[in-house]
Amino acid sequence: MTRETLFNLAVLAGLVALPIYAHLADEPFTITLATRAVILSLAAVGLNIALGIGGLVSLGHAVFFGIGGYAMGILAFHAQNYMPLMEAPFLIEGTKSMPVIWLVAVIASALAALVIGLLSLRTSGVYFIMITLAFGQMFYYFAISWSAYGGEDGMSIYVRNGFPGLNTLIPIQFYGLCLAALVLALGFNGALARSRFGLALNAARQVPDRVRAVGLDPFRLRLVAFTISGAITGLAGALFADLNRFVSPTMFSWQLSGEFIVFIIIGGTARLFGPVVGACLFVVLEHYIGGWSDYWHIWFGLLLLVIVLFGRGGVIGLIAGKARAHG
Amino acid sequence: MAEAVLETRDLRKAFGALQATDDVSISLRAGEIHAIIGPNGAGKSTLIAQISGALAPDAGQVVLDGRDVTGLPVQARARAGLARTFQISQLAMEDTVLQNVALGALGAQGRPFGMFRPVLRDRAIRDRAEAALERVGLAGQRAMRAAELSHGERRKLEVAVALTLEPRAFVMDEPMAGLGTEGSAQLTGFLDGLRAQAPILLVEHDMDAVFALADRVSVLVYGRVIASGTVGEIRRDKAVREAYLGDEA
Repeated sequence: MTRETLFNLAVLAGLVALPIYAHLADEPFTITLATRAVILSLAAVGLNIALGIGGLVSLGHAVFFGIGGYAMGILAFHAQNYMPLMEAPFLIEGTKSMPVIWLVAVIASALAALVIGLLSLRTSGVYFIMITLAFGQMFYYFAISWSAYGGEDGMSIYVRNGFPGLNTLIPIQFYGLCLAALVLALGFNGALARSRFGLALNAARQVPDRVRAVGLDPFRLRLVAFTISGAITGLAGALFADLNRFVSPTMFSWQLSGEFIVFIIIGGTARLFGPVVGACLFVVLEHYIGGWSDYWHIWFGLLLLVIVLFGRGGVIGLIAGKARAHG
Repeated sequence: MAEAVLETRDLRKAFGALQATDDVSISLRAGEIHAIIGPNGAGKSTLIAQISGALAPDAGQVVLDGRDVTGLPVQARARAGLARTFQISQLAMEDTVLQNVALGALGAQGRPFGMFRPVLRDRAIRDRAEAALERVGLAGQRAMRAAELSHGERRKLEVAVALTLEPRAFVMDEPMAGLGTEGSAQLTGFLDGLRAQAPILLVEHDMDAVFALADRVSVLVYGRVIASGTVGEIRRDKAVREAYLGDEA
């Protein structure tokens, strides 16, 4: 077993043990913090498939996070007001069921990623970053002006949505759901990295000309990666909205897109647990330094600077050494 | 005369006032090595780019196996049976040697969207990849990263990736580039045997290799084929000696 695998298992053990401890010690706020960390991790894991393996630096992933959030918000809003979403030509009602909401969130964000990808993946480098940023801003301002769903103020959902067989109002149970989603996404990411698709996508990032020369189309590989990536980040958005029981345009903000990228860089780009480590560190620092100074972002920025300058492999690179090629 | 596997017909390409490819018609027949030589700036790379599909010609056609592929992009030509090697190695440097050839095998097989099973556990892909490494003599280095290989080994890996495609024709852009005398001789021997599998269109500056390998040689100067023939004919050609070969012939 490599040091990186051991480290990953330790992180996972921590994510299981800490909230259980907090539950037993009756510290629900710690569980909420951990839930936030796990959901942000999930969002960044989604981005890491596009960015880490595919080399697609998307500065617009908050679009998918926001779509997931609004999918939850809109469905739950209609359910709590007993107003159908639409009546003609067929009836669609709101819902408070998490599995249905997740499905809608995943499909909607995947579709958005497909369309945005079709348009933006024709560019690369700085242009790609700028186009994804522009899409992010479009969605952000659209959400602000969408008064039917709260506009700038967003909307509150009074009771957390339900999951069959669980009481999601109990923090530890909702945390368990979020952690399960994260573990599934990590398992999928791990398999993908070693798969046929992972091999081809990884090569498309390094040597697109070679990929074409063996008969594969880098554009299609990237488009599929971008779509999957958006879908996972969208699922995280739905969970995030359910955690806060609140949805607002800030879920679309470009600052959030930037934070997802920062999580990955801090944890370690293209490392399976890189986004998890980055997001957890972010939440911990945000809470502790943020409680001590309003200017905590300065300290977080310093950490980012140190890691970019001295540890190209992020925190995982510092702890577990260089990444190893699969096989 | 054998049917041409790969052919260009009156290919033309201009960059502004510069006619980089000027009515070039060359053919590659089964079982042969056809070398393209010429001074720097003669338009060899531009020609290769049009044959492989990276660059669209202004006029003329590229025909592979009797089929007009002029409108097809690089990846479609590769699937149709055209394998190229690059003058500057195009390898996934972070990946292992085995992964690099596995990519070729994956391309040859198609279906790149499998996301759950490890690609290197796929017998068909692994066998094809290992066989290619075996043939170029890189089997011992399969677990090394491409970045750790010597220049000569990278040149071999370039060829190995092309082998995994089991193509109808090879297009090799200076495969000897940067190789020492010994490396060149080794690769020359290998290419000599390869022509039986598929014909090779060979762009090369190493005249020893060209004279040892080529069944036919075409000389490109200012985008034009100024002479075409057997090695003996080309060596005796007065225009060629003036334009390019000089004392080397």
